[in-house]
Amino acid sequence: MSILENALLLSALASAVRLTTPIGLAAIGAVISERSGVINIGLEGMMLSGAFAAVVGSHYLGGPWMGLLAAMVAGGVVALLLAYPSVTLGAAQIVVGVAINLAAFGLTTFLDRTLLRPAGIERVAAFHPVPIPYLSELPLVGPVLFMQNPLVYLMLLLAPALTVFVFRTPWGLALRAVGENPRAADTAGINVTLVRYLAVATSGIFAGMAGAFLSLGHLDLFTENMTAGRGFIALAAVIFGKWHPLGALAAAFVFGAADAFQLLVQTYNLGFPYQFPLMLPYVLALLALAGVVGRSAAPAAAGQPYPAEEA
Amino acid sequence: MTRLVFARLLPVWAVLLALLLGMIMVWFAGANPIQAYVELFRGAFADVFGFATTLVKMTPLLFAGLGVAIALRGGLYNIGAEGQIYLGGLAAALVGIYVHGLPSLAHIPLAMAAAFVAGGLWALLPITLKLWRGVNEIITTLLMNYIAILLVSVIASGPLMEPGAPSPYTPPLEPSAHLPVIIRMTDAHAGVLVAVALAFTLHFIFARTRFGFQLRMVGANPSAAAYAGLSVSWTLLLAMVAGGGFAGLAGASEVMGLKHRLFEGFSPGYGYDAIVVAFLSNGQPLGVVAMSLFFGALRSGANIMQRSVGIPVAIIFAMQGLAVLFLASSLALRRRLATAHRGEQETRQAQVIVGPR
Repeated sequence: MSILENALLLSALASAVRLTTPIGLAAIGAVISERSGVINIGLEGMMLSGAFAAVVGSHYLGGPWMGLLAAMVAGGVVALLLAYPSVTLGAAQIVVGVAINLAAFGLTTFLDRTLLRPAGIERVAAFHPVPIPYLSELPLVGPVLFMQNPLVYLMLLLAPALTVFVFRTPWGLALRAVGENPRAADTAGINVTLVRYLAVATSGIFAGMAGAFLSLGHLDLFTENMTAGRGFIALAAVIFGKWHPLGALAAAFVFGAADAFQLLVQTYNLGFPYQFPLMLPYVLALLALAGVVGRSAAPAAAGQPYPAEEA
Repeated sequence: MTRLVFARLLPVWAVLLALLLGMIMVWFAGANPIQAYVELFRGAFADVFGFATTLVKMTPLLFAGLGVAIALRGGLYNIGAEGQIYLGGLAAALVGIYVHGLPSLAHIPLAMAAAFVAGGLWALLPITLKLWRGVNEIITTLLMNYIAILLVSVIASGPLMEPGAPSPYTPPLEPSAHLPVIIRMTDAHAGVLVAVALAFTLHFIFARTRFGFQLRMVGANPSAAAYAGLSVSWTLLLAMVAGGGFAGLAGASEVMGLKHRLFEGFSPGYGYDAIVVAFLSNGQPLGVVAMSLFFGALRSGANIMQRSVGIPVAIIFAMQGLAVLFLASSLALRRRLATAHRGEQETRQAQVIVGPR
């Protein structure tokens, strides 16, 4: 392999990791919410709110880290707007989620035009790549994984941490119990409502971080509707990753790699439609759900309010 | 008792609250809220071009909203209307481009039938997986949306792309497959008439036919319906596939009535808006007509409002989102209050019979 091809491969893989990050951060958070039985269709809106708050925070509070904090708060607050109707009142999660997406798109665009642009706030202080000593000198993984910006490292650390949380702690057990059989969990003394609130808020906070990566990691500004459907792709990654944080991260990487690959297909005209690599992860996720490739099943109570409605 | 009256009116308060927040946003943007709302209304209804735009914008919401509503009555969530719209648009475009020499009276129904079948088939896999494998239809329909959007993108940018086109779209449909214009000099096309006629047909089917009764029973209580000897699976299968077909018609009417070509990414999320429309209509076809008219008017009027008062169109999406959020919350709250009220009454009756504890 020539040096040139080698460099090309490394830059493609590094760009795949960057394209993975917003999807991955949102997806590992959404695993928590889905494990509690709440399907977070509002992920897209929470990401977009996070992307917007990150720019505002970076400008007014001083720097990208404050921007990240603002994004996490914004994502969490929007998540509570989903949690109250869908968990406390038992409203349809899907409808509330779609409403959140509409409202977040409308409000961020509106505020961008009436607040940020007139104030002349455009480019703000953003995250920069921070090579990790020693690790970044490793062949292949060094330049691909360890010469990235801090949010990428955050994702790589949080995915295993959440895995331990979900599968190795009593809180994780409570979370899974609520998502599989809320009535039994309730009988066992678990506060179903509280668990679902915390899970949805966690998902919102992660979605906020994912949004901050878009506006402060990828770029250094907010653009209207800059999530462009990534929230929904993150939901697909949760499914493809079988409701497991590390699985969701791996699935997000498949989506990110597919995205990087389709850019190559377009640039070098590789002789087949660039949409095929983009389509592949969705087809694989469907096959997994159908039981053709491996087994994949959603938490049993996903999408259902508790207490259940008496007709 | 007063609490119950308050509960009945909750949806009204919800919409008023959203409108009020909208006024605050307009004021925040430095414009006169009253004037902005007047311009919005005038733009949507009082001006012939604005009204035509209202009709154009409501049509895909109406078709797809009916598609989601049919499934909703059976207790199913069809999140896949977006994908079904794309498949319907694709089928209509293929029939419109490649079938030659038919009169409009045959060509239009043929293309629409093809779109109905394509949308229905796209809904067949999710419902099959749900009924025979227990896979959540929300998840499968969501995934299939992406496959459909990318599929149309492949076709519009590859084999069917108009030679020399600056962006991916196909050659035009035969004129015989164009839906006729219903208001001269505007974009308003006959798709809206077809959609309204179908809404009334569905209303009749739901209210008066055996299938409508079965669907309602299955949606309300599947196990009771099965006990009563109804085929739950076949009823749900039929509802989901018919719903997919209706969403497919939304794609057909966009392609045959408005764009006259198949464009890559031609639906900006109509399928998701349709979920909101169907839900707010409580699955009632005539409610879907009213709701899609309302949403279409907001979108049409917002353009005029942006031009005359300088308020970004985006405010409409914010208000719509907030209105739906408040409405969904208030409907759920009302149900909770009603249940609690019934519970209180039952307790009181029990006390009358048994005596207080």
